[in-house]
Amino acid sequence: MATTMSSQQIRSVDIDPKAESAVQMIDVHKWYGEFHVLRDINLNVRRGERIVICGPSGSGKSTMIRCINRLEEHQKGRIIVDGVELLDDLKRIDEVRRDVGMVFQHFNLFPHLTILENCTLAPIWVKKMPRKEAEEVAMHYLTRVKIPEQANKYPGQLSGGQQQRVAIARSLCMSPKIMLFDEPTSALDPEMVKEVLDTMVGLADEGMTMLCVTHEMGFARQVADRVIFMDYGQIVEMNTPDEFFKNPQHERTRLFLSQILH
Amino acid sequence: MSTAVDMPHFVRAKQVEALPPPNLARGPIAWIRENLFSGPFNTLLTLVVLYLLYVSVPPLLRFLVIDAVWTGTDRAACRADTGGSESGACWAFIWDKINYFIYGSYTISERWRVNIFFILLGIGVVWLLWLRAPRRDLGAVYFFWLFPVFSYVLLTGGNESFSARFWLGFAIFGSLVMALFAFVAAVLKTALRPALILGGGIVAFVGLTLAVVDFDFGLTHVPTSLWGGILVTLLVATVGIVVSLPFGIVLALGRRSKLPIVRMASVIFIEFVRGVPLITVLIMANTMLPLFLPGDMTVDRLLRPLIGTALFASAYMAEVVRGGLQAMPKGQYEGAMSLGLNYPQMMTLIVLPQALRIVIPGIVNTFIGLFKDTSLVAIVGIFDLVKTIEASRIDPNWAAPTIGITGYAFAALFYFVFCFGMSRYSLGVERRLASGQNR
Repeated sequence: MATTMSSQQIRSVDIDPKAESAVQMIDVHKWYGEFHVLRDINLNVRRGERIVICGPSGSGKSTMIRCINRLEEHQKGRIIVDGVELLDDLKRIDEVRRDVGMVFQHFNLFPHLTILENCTLAPIWVKKMPRKEAEEVAMHYLTRVKIPEQANKYPGQLSGGQQQRVAIARSLCMSPKIMLFDEPTSALDPEMVKEVLDTMVGLADEGMTMLCVTHEMGFARQVADRVIFMDYGQIVEMNTPDEFFKNPQHERTRLFLSQILH
Repeated sequence: MSTAVDMPHFVRAKQVEALPPPNLARGPIAWIRENLFSGPFNTLLTLVVLYLLYVSVPPLLRFLVIDAVWTGTDRAACRADTGGSESGACWAFIWDKINYFIYGSYTISERWRVNIFFILLGIGVVWLLWLRAPRRDLGAVYFFWLFPVFSYVLLTGGNESFSARFWLGFAIFGSLVMALFAFVAAVLKTALRPALILGGGIVAFVGLTLAVVDFDFGLTHVPTSLWGGILVTLLVATVGIVVSLPFGIVLALGRRSKLPIVRMASVIFIEFVRGVPLITVLIMANTMLPLFLPGDMTVDRLLRPLIGTALFASAYMAEVVRGGLQAMPKGQYEGAMSLGLNYPQMMTLIVLPQALRIVIPGIVNTFIGLFKDTSLVAIVGIFDLVKTIEASRIDPNWAAPTIGITGYAFAALFYFVFCFGMSRYSLGVERRLASGQNR
């Protein structure tokens, strides 16, 4: 299998204490009950690297990136995020989550808070930032995602694309070192996909470390340093976008690409 | 210009401007025909309802208002054989006994203290419930700490004169609490200082409260056996409401906890209390509690049913709150966790505000049930409003045929005003919150 080759390459990378890697996953396995959902995941993400993860539904791609901020727990192997290993220590997990932003398929904005409050909540309570400063930071990022004028509305009053951009701004307010995107455009109307992707491209251009689960292949071609294809809980193929799309090695990858690129 | 559907080719040349909706307002006769007499079944229902209203409302009005006796000093006004009227309610009786209904047997010269208690209660309720009131955070401190402590001193007289042994015990207890906090901080590997400050704060807070209760303000002691009437009803209801909501939330969170001991304890408490009638709880609290306690230790006879009703309501509240927690989408938890919020922050800032909002109708339902259930404390000999009415209606001075009905009508009116008020308030809050975030 192609997996074995790529995982051996990664295995040679040791855990570096100075954390030049943003994320390291070493021999990670996870089970949901009897179901072996992640198998032998080995991945080393350098700082500033942009990685796109694709694959059929149920292939474990969401589970994999959710392991990085411990929304899911891995049962075997090691995960080191920004030099901190994810163990059962609650305090370290909160520390890691502070530095890892996440954008969800269904936005997960807090409907009882205004857009501004959504963005200032974590800086105020987690980072203990003064309210005024937090609001300035929030307005800065809301301006960057081009919706400062919506700051005092509630999430329910915004369109899907706007909500997703708020979700991105909300994560950025914590000045994360790594951003995880879990199918950020899958729940959007077709007309709104582009505004969200543009925001993500802007973020990538600024050198943010990004892991994106997405099927937007145009986005992958434009910004990704590496594209990962997953199936049956394994990394099946990993390559630069050029090679990945032009010259897929594994037949499962070829089949997948032929089905999504018409 | 219309758009024909069977045209093979169509390109819109002109944008259709938004037009005002057609005028659908109709006169009252059209409204009546549409809503009251739209079919044979609807017509029949309307007629039946009108008949029932005709049968019930006029006699009620006649009894309560038109034929009622408003003035009088004794039974003569409400008895036909002494020239009074028997066909209407005898409000003169209520008026004559109103002080007993409000204060029970509370020492007459000290009743101003109860009045101040009512005023303090009113201030607290308005401060907390009026959503645009200034500094509602201070309102909470007032309502949940200052008001209970002052009310206690005011109503009982305070001056508990704790012994030196008691204070020694408290000092030991305080240091134990501090040690516990330090221990928990060590187990959770968090900083020691904030834990000690928190523990010290709690000890200081409890100590200060005890000191206020201990202090001699020069007020005469009024034993709780003298309390009664509306004072007791409002007291039991307020304590029940104030205790049951936070305690119910804790129980609901406990029942959903991943820690097996916490979960089991919550489940056992909730299921046990829900499985037992309130009267049983009250009688047990009243007669069995003293048997279990050491001989020199007594619990005040008003405090027993107070605790009983509060715990009883908490179990129901816990299940209501649990319903709200279960309605919360998983994404809200994940969104909060991904931002680095810890469990208490996630619960207090994100989950509970939304979950409690969903269950406002259920919470108010429980409050209303609790408010009416307070009348059951009469079973264990507490003179609440209903009990004072029952005691008064056999007064020979007021021996008249309509006295009993009048008394109960007064109780019904009292309970209705409070329960309806709670109901309207909750509707208002729901509407206000809904307009804030129309999803």
